[in-house]
Amino acid sequence: MDAVINNSIEFFKTVVEFAPKFIPGVILTLQLAFFSIILGMIIGLVVAVLKLTKYKWLKKTMDVYITIVRGTPLLLQLYFIFYGLPSLGIMIDAFPSAIIALALHNGAYISEIFRGSIESIDYGQREAARSLGMTKWQAMKRVVLPQAFKRSVPALGNQFIIAVKDSSLASVITITETMLLARQFSAATFNVFPIYFTAGVYYLIITMGLTKVLSQVELKLKVNER
Amino acid sequence: MSMIEIKNLHKYFGELEVLRGIDLTVSESEVVCLIGSSGSGKSTLLRCINFLEEKNEGEIYIDGQMVTAKEINEIRQKVGMVFQRFNLFPHMTVLQNVMEGPITVKKMDRKKARELAMTLLEKVNLLDKANEYPAMLSGGQQQRVAIARSLAMEPKVILFDEPTSALDPELVGEVLGVMNDLAKEGRTMIIVTHEMGFAKEVADRVIFIHEGLIAEEGTPEDIFDRPENERLQNFLGQILV
Repeated sequence: MDAVINNSIEFFKTVVEFAPKFIPGVILTLQLAFFSIILGMIIGLVVAVLKLTKYKWLKKTMDVYITIVRGTPLLLQLYFIFYGLPSLGIMIDAFPSAIIALALHNGAYISEIFRGSIESIDYGQREAARSLGMTKWQAMKRVVLPQAFKRSVPALGNQFIIAVKDSSLASVITITETMLLARQFSAATFNVFPIYFTAGVYYLIITMGLTKVLSQVELKLKVNER
Repeated sequence: MSMIEIKNLHKYFGELEVLRGIDLTVSESEVVCLIGSSGSGKSTLLRCINFLEEKNEGEIYIDGQMVTAKEINEIRQKVGMVFQRFNLFPHMTVLQNVMEGPITVKKMDRKKARELAMTLLEKVNLLDKANEYPAMLSGGQQQRVAIARSLAMEPKVILFDEPTSALDPELVGEVLGVMNDLAKEGRTMIIVTHEMGFAKEVADRVIFIHEGLIAEEGTPEDIFDRPENERLQNFLGQILV
């Protein structure tokens, strides 16, 4: 019994000792997640709208992008941009490489979320908008997209959480974010369990905070429903 | 003066020829009701007029201007449309729904658009609902907002596509009442309807469409009291039981 208590005390001592040391890594995780989500949303929106245009070649191009991103591991995409592109003469620093890879990755998934919600909006909405004399783009911007965005929030929330967790893969291209720090700390101390426990808690705090924010957004967007 | 002129209009859905050569002229201030069984092509005809369906053959002139895909946004500003299922914008309040057309399409000043919208909501008796969202309104109220929304563009013609078909029976009256007022103001209207009583009362001319052709047309008295076409007699027999 004493052993259990002693071990627990040791455990929490290590947690308390290392928790502050994670802060720089957590900040990097937050930055990676933030930029890859924001850029991913912009890419996703543009790709989703381009896929709805009447130009076949544009549609095809977007399909190729989505197929490649969804069909290959994120790990490989990170390697490609950071280690692969330099052999073509394109050198990008580690942090922008990570952002580009994560944003392109999220963008592909988010574009499919947006496309689904855009297509779920009743066609009568577009007809009503067009019959007022709106152009296609005006109808999209004023009538379809605001409604589609609202519908995509639950799925987007899902993707955001995945984005937070996926940012840990940036560690393979030398970004010292939360998971890489955890690996370094545990290698230095051989104290594996409390250190990975701490890292896990940080991820949970981030994702739970994100979930909370998203449910607030969802609630706010619901004002016009009965 | 003719407000709408349709010449030899043909429309196919795939192999199926839905409109088989329609010729129709509607003069200014005229109220025309289109009747006919479902699948006869009456809604398609209405939708072709403002290009919600692309015609395959024929010519359509609105206010002397030929309707083509190129100038369609301009033409649509002259042609209001009221749908069976209202199609109000659910993310906007009633007031915003009515202001939307003038602001986005006509680039009208917000304050002016607001005044216009308020006047129109008063006209359809919904001033007190101005700040509510469509989901909080009954079907009849929603359809009256939809009418106000199309009036906000100050159209020269208003097309009604079965405006009361999706309504509970007790709500039909309030919508027909508003349409009756519009007819009395001298607005040009084309109405696809199953409300024969209304057609009889309000229409200047009733057109019976059968299998993509105008089978018979005339004054409400001609059509309802002295139908000549056998199909029309059957049709009326079926609904005026």
